[in-house]
Amino acid sequence: MLLRLPRPLHGLIVPLIIIVIWQVIGSLHVLSPTVLPSPWDIGRQFVNLGLSGELFEHLGISMYRAALGFLLGGTTGLLIGLSTGLAKMVERTLDPSLQMLRTIPLLALIPLFILWFGVGEFSKVLMIALGAFFPVFVNTFLGIRNVDQKLYEVSSILQYSKWQQLTRLIIPAALPNILLGIRLSIGASWLVLVVAEMMATSSGIGYMIQDARAYSNTDIVFVGIIIFAIVGKCSDTIVRILEGKWLRWRDTYKG
Amino acid sequence: MTSEVLVIDDLNKVFSAPTGNVVALEHIQLKVQQGEFITIIGPSGCGKSTLLKIVAGIDTEYEGSVTLHGKPIEGPSIEKGFIFQEPRLFPWLTVEKNIAANLSLKNPEVRKKVDELIELVRLQGFEQSYPRELSGGMAQRVAIARALLRNPDVLLLDEPFGALDAFTRSHLQEVLLDIWQKNRTTMLFVTHDLDEAVFLGQRVIIMNPRPGHIRNILPIGLPFPRKRASHSFQELRHIVLKEFEKVEEPLLDQGAGI
Repeated sequence: MLLRLPRPLHGLIVPLIIIVIWQVIGSLHVLSPTVLPSPWDIGRQFVNLGLSGELFEHLGISMYRAALGFLLGGTTGLLIGLSTGLAKMVERTLDPSLQMLRTIPLLALIPLFILWFGVGEFSKVLMIALGAFFPVFVNTFLGIRNVDQKLYEVSSILQYSKWQQLTRLIIPAALPNILLGIRLSIGASWLVLVVAEMMATSSGIGYMIQDARAYSNTDIVFVGIIIFAIVGKCSDTIVRILEGKWLRWRDTYKG
Repeated sequence: MTSEVLVIDDLNKVFSAPTGNVVALEHIQLKVQQGEFITIIGPSGCGKSTLLKIVAGIDTEYEGSVTLHGKPIEGPSIEKGFIFQEPRLFPWLTVEKNIAANLSLKNPEVRKKVDELIELVRLQGFEQSYPRELSGGMAQRVAIARALLRNPDVLLLDEPFGALDAFTRSHLQEVLLDIWQKNRTTMLFVTHDLDEAVFLGQRVIIMNPRPGHIRNILPIGLPFPRKRASHSFQELRHIVLKEFEKVEEPLLDQGAGI
C-alpha cells in the first residue's frame, strides 16, 4: 500500500500520523493548551498572525538579517577558504588563528558583541556572519586540498593558465565541498539568528517566540518554530536544487 | 636531419633515495623520426615510464640532452601530448568539453576539429555524456582526442591500454593505428605487453632494468594492418621474446607481461 503512494508523498506519512495523534490528545483535553496546544489552535493562530500582517513583518526582518549575515560571512569564508587553500603562505599565517577561533562556542561571544556593538542591527548581522563564516571556510579549504593531483598534472600539460587552473579545475573540483559548506552555513545563520533575536530586540521571529513565551501563548511559540522549519527547509531545498544542477556529473550512490 | 622530431642524447637519470642512489636511466640514445610509431617494452623498473615523463617535461631532473625539433624540453606543454594509464578526464565536463578543455567550443574552428576527432575516435552520440557514463575504453579514447586536438609533435602513451580488457584493448590498438595512419602523429608508446609492442611499433625498443637502459632496438618491418595470426608476426614476436629471455630470470618474474 505504501509503495502505491506517489513518491513525493512518502515523506509526509510520519508527520501526518504525528499530527493526527497530537490533535486527538488536544481534543481530549488531556494536556493544558499552555503546555501543548492542539494543531488546530496553532493553525488558527497562524492564520490570525498572517492576516494581521504581523507574521510577515517579523519574518521579513528575520530573513533580511539572516540573508545579510549569511552573505557577509559566507563570502568572507569563501574568499579566505580559497586563499588559504591556494597559498601555503596564507594558510600558515591565518589558519592557526582561525582554527583557534573556531573552537570557541559562538554563542559565548554574544555578550561580548552586545557590549561592543550594542543591540542594533549591526551587532546581529555580525554575529550571524561569524556563524556563517566557518562552515564555508572549512569546507572550501578542504575542497581545494582534495583536488586530484593527477588532474592538476593534466592541466599543466594542456597549458592551462593560472586563472584557468583556478576557474576550470580547482573551483569545479571543490564545488561539492563548497556547496556543503554553504548548506551548513545557512543552518548556522538561522541558529545564530534565533539566539540573537531572543537576546535583545523588538522584531523578528525570534522575538515573536520570546514575546509569546512571556505571555504563555504557546500556540504562537509553535507558529514561530514552524516558520523556522519551513524557511529552513526552503533554503536547504534551494541549495539542493543548485547541487543537482551543478553536480550532475557526480557518480554517487543514490539509494 | 630535419625529419628527426625527438633526439635523446646520453640521457642519465638518478633517483636519490635515503638508502642510496638508484640509477633509473643510463646512457639512453634515441632518435625518433617524424611520423614514426615507436613502442617501448620492458619489465617494471626498467625506467620506461621515467623516460616518457622526461620527454613529456613532467620530470625535469636529468643529465644529458632531450630535444624536440632541436629545442630542449622545458616543462610540460601541448606539443607533447600525454596519455596516462588512466584517462584522467575532468569528471564535471561532458565528452566534448573534456576534449576542448581550456579551448572554447564556441570557436567554430575548435568546434569543427572536436567534431572530427569525436568521429575519429568513434564516439559519435556520446558528445554530451559525462565521464562516469563511459566505459574505460571510451574514456581513454576521449583522452586521446583531447591530446590530438592540440596537434602534438609527439604523442606519449604510458601503458594507455594496460587497465583494459583484452577485447577493448585490441579494439583501441586498431583505433590508435587508424589515427596514426590518418594524422601521422609521432607516437612513443610504452607497454609491458609484448604482443601490443609488436602489433603497433615500427621499432620496438627493449629496455632492461638495473640500471634502466636500452638493450636492443628491433625494427618491425611488417606492413600495416598486421595480422596477429600470421606467420611473420609470430616469428617477430618470437624474436622479441627471445631478447627477453636473455634477461636474468628473476627480473622476468616481476611481470614483463610475457
